[in-house]
Amino acid sequence: MSNGLMEIKQISGHRGGTPGSGVSRDYDVCKLVDTTTCIGCKACEVACLEWNGYEFRDTTFDNTYQTMPDTAWNFWNLIRFNEVVNDDNSVSWLMRKDQCMHCADPGCLTACPADGAIVQYQNGIVDFNQANCIGCQYCVTGCPFNIPKFNSATKKVYKCTLCSDRVGAGLEPACIKSCPTGCLHFGSKEDMLDLAHKRAAQVRANTGWKDADVYDPEGVGGTHVIYVLADAKNPEKYGGLPKDPTVPFFVKMWKGPLKWLGGVGLAAGVLGVFMHHIRYGAKEVDKAEETKP
Amino acid sequence: MSTGSITRTGTVVPQEQVVRYTFPERAAHWINGIAYSYCMFTGLALFTPFLYWLAAVFGGGATIRFWHPWVGLVYLVTIFWMHAKWKRDMVAIPEDEQWKKNIRPYIENRDELVPPQGRFNAGQKQFWWVMFWCTFILLITGIVMWFPEWFSNGSTRGLHWLLTVCVFVHSATALITIAAFIIHVYMSIWMTPGSMKAMVEGHVSRAWAMAHHRLWYEKITGRRN
Repeated sequence: MSNGLMEIKQISGHRGGTPGSGVSRDYDVCKLVDTTTCIGCKACEVACLEWNGYEFRDTTFDNTYQTMPDTAWNFWNLIRFNEVVNDDNSVSWLMRKDQCMHCADPGCLTACPADGAIVQYQNGIVDFNQANCIGCQYCVTGCPFNIPKFNSATKKVYKCTLCSDRVGAGLEPACIKSCPTGCLHFGSKEDMLDLAHKRAAQVRANTGWKDADVYDPEGVGGTHVIYVLADAKNPEKYGGLPKDPTVPFFVKMWKGPLKWLGGVGLAAGVLGVFMHHIRYGAKEVDKAEETKP
Repeated sequence: MSTGSITRTGTVVPQEQVVRYTFPERAAHWINGIAYSYCMFTGLALFTPFLYWLAAVFGGGATIRFWHPWVGLVYLVTIFWMHAKWKRDMVAIPEDEQWKKNIRPYIENRDELVPPQGRFNAGQKQFWWVMFWCTFILLITGIVMWFPEWFSNGSTRGLHWLLTVCVFVHSATALITIAAFIIHVYMSIWMTPGSMKAMVEGHVSRAWAMAHHRLWYEKITGRRN
């Protein structure tokens, strides 16, 4: 990182470097959502709308505590609500903050055909650049979390930016800032994983949730939004969080072998017919006849 | 141009020439060809980043994303138009098997070893049926890809896998048609002189008709039923 260049290497009047010099670590940003302490207040939903400048969109009441049925092109942060009956007939109200997971192996970016429409920053943020978006929605095809949403008026796709504009200025994302219970944390991936595992251990030790654990799915190379789930064995019950998300098989085949096969095949085809021409030439019938009007 | 006669279907036929394609057949073919070419080039732009520059040629990524499906419908309609015109001529006949067995001399331009063919030879028929059936696959998968937002809301999310299958199958099918298209274009422009004139002006010489489509020639000249 650029800051690393200005780290002090030697200093006058000291022997050796400064304390901590030479210590470096990759500063991957990460958002930690501790679902066990989320109260479903929706402050993060409001903060997201405010920071990103969107009006609150129309919604429908469907007998839940969920603001609206799904995330939308102008509603990137949704607290999913599920009422689940547990094995002992007790009832759990599960709240999960749904937003872009900022995958290390982003399926949206893999699928996108448009030059520069999707970028992944060194810090792990996956960002859409609507100026280059062509509206094909291949990102919708590639995403295992159903995050990119199409705006039929602008013909562009939108999603959570992890507040790349705020993070770039050294601030935490808007949702983090608004959280009243402290269930949202923001920092380096390393620190957040450490905190998440400590919290999961605490839940396992002090509650009946013996399967409490961290959600950082390997299938997409890990994510830059991670969860602490009380029941990590069944992530689906938290508003359909996929158990083992991956970039879809056919998207990998399409953007992998088929792309190469197609490219090589095209070139071989054009070269092949050209070779035929210089080897065998044309099927001449009767030149004199053919040149007649 | 020497004096000729204009047929009822709008083809000027000079002396010693026979009608190969009527005006409606040529119109259907060329509207289809233009639509196909547009879909091929814009589709390739969306298929691989190496060819994304083609998007700029056709007005930019957002523009081609808008038009590709619509032009695809033009392609679809004209395929059906051609099918109405040619379906009887595209039916397999016993001589086709002979042609397929002698594909090697045909490729090597030793046409004296190739059995006589009808209005379309067995290879043309193969090309036609590949394009015809691939059109259906492209249509079904293409409609799904036209509106991916159908698969990005809660109620239809369970069908998201279908979208991933469709993008793959659409691309793979299109590549098959492009392989066929390369051969088609090569053969019409370079390999078989006279066939381009046949599709543009509608007529061919008697010698050409006899050499390439003897059964057809004998039929239209009444030498064979």
